[in-house]
Amino acid sequence: MKKLFPHPVLTLALWGIWLLLNNTMAPGHLVLGFILAFSISLLTSGFWEEKVYIRAPLMLLRFLRIVLWDILIANITVAKLILGRNRKLKPGFFYVELDIRTPLGISLLANTISLTPGTVSCDLTEDRTRLLVHALHIEDIPATVKQIKERYETPLKEVFTEC
Amino acid sequence: MLEWILSALIVIGAFFTLVGSIGLYKLPDFFMRLHGPTKATTLGVGAILTASVLYFSFKTDDISLHEVLITVFLFITAPISAHLMAKAALHIKLKRVGRTREPADH
Repeated sequence: MKKLFPHPVLTLALWGIWLLLNNTMAPGHLVLGFILAFSISLLTSGFWEEKVYIRAPLMLLRFLRIVLWDILIANITVAKLILGRNRKLKPGFFYVELDIRTPLGISLLANTISLTPGTVSCDLTEDRTRLLVHALHIEDIPATVKQIKERYETPLKEVFTEC
Repeated sequence: MLEWILSALIVIGAFFTLVGSIGLYKLPDFFMRLHGPTKATTLGVGAILTASVLYFSFKTDDISLHEVLITVFLFITAPISAHLMAKAALHIKLKRVGRTREPADH
């Protein structure tokens, strides 16, 4: 099984993208898409540095829900900040100490931080232990770091594991 | 009813895209301006694409899910470009507003 599907997440993602691109669920495309997804992930498996699988799919759904909700709320907050007086804004850089170690996990966390308005991930230290984040307006740095770790990092750490 | 939901979604999307652009124009330094576009792509484009999915799913016979793909690609590429620009700006030590708080240590 592991030999046939060296990268199950990639296979599923490619299959899904193929069906979405063609905007169809016709049996022919289901089969063709599966053949493509299967062979592409098999042929390129050598290029992928790490192999991951989703350990807790339900947790992933919960994580997506949290992120979408946060995006909604943060958008409104940041819209107010932008339209308000910019002189009052207190921008700042801060480091987030990472507990997550896998490259995929780190990049997903960095992406999430950038997607939620108000924070943009700027740099990762060489040893991959700290993420530099810029915030548009920040009052309490430790509280924000704690929130990022609790809301995003913990679920991500639980969802993806290396096989 | 559908028309009302669609128009609300489009107006919301247009509003947040506009706010993103205003931010790009108005905010004082490069790092703060970066926050503008990330907003426009999340809620702004998200709302407009949702409207598109609803419209084409209800007005035509087929269910249209192309837009989901656009959202996925945007959600993957927007943070990466923002990250690269921020990294480049840090590297060439671009000027930032004086009141910006620096990280605790380097």
